[in-house]
Amino acid sequence: MGRAVKLPASKFKAGDRVRVKFEDRPGHIRTPWYIRGKTGWIERVHGDFLNPESLAFGGDGLPKRTLYLVAFNQSDVWGKAVGSKDKVLVDIYEHWLSPAV
Amino acid sequence: MARGHHDIGGLPGAGKIDQTEHELSDWEILADAVNQALGANGIKRTDEMRRAREEMDSAAYRDMTYYERWIASIESILIEKKILTKEEIDRKLAEFESKWGEP
Repeated sequence: MGRAVKLPASKFKAGDRVRVKFEDRPGHIRTPWYIRGKTGWIERVHGDFLNPESLAFGGDGLPKRTLYLVAFNQSDVWGKAVGSKDKVLVDIYEHWLSPAV
Repeated sequence: MARGHHDIGGLPGAGKIDQTEHELSDWEILADAVNQALGANGIKRTDEMRRAREEMDSAAYRDMTYYERWIASIESILIEKKILTKEEIDRKLAEFESKWGEP
């Protein structure tokens, strides 16, 4: 039996309320502009992946970052006028998320 | 850092996404093949290609079709990694144009 691989615990779990950070900096950013600063909830934990912000410039992508499927109400993203009950689903890395109430 | 030319989701001027099916031209399929071959050989990563397209001149980016942007980003990454030079690419292009005429 090999040694058990210890995975770093993800910071959030399904159902947790989160707020997307509003950062404006150069580089290759996977967090779309329209979702920055918005509040939603964790729909699913995708797992840990190499960091594209580093890979985009020839880096090794380490340390890996936890990627989440984050859900938002349409009205919270586009304004109250949007009557749709559909959700907006966006893949967002952990370092772009803060806990929210 | 302003909002990038690639990141226009939700902007009033962005327009609707064209979801109609369309046939790919031979050169577009070839562009995809070159892109995949470079990836399979560990020469470039998808994130580098995306970054190259984000760094492009905004007017040029907007003028190009999807696969034209792919070709432009492949070219800039190959030059950045010193695998090809701009001169080598231009020379080959001139060769093709004298053989087959301008596109």
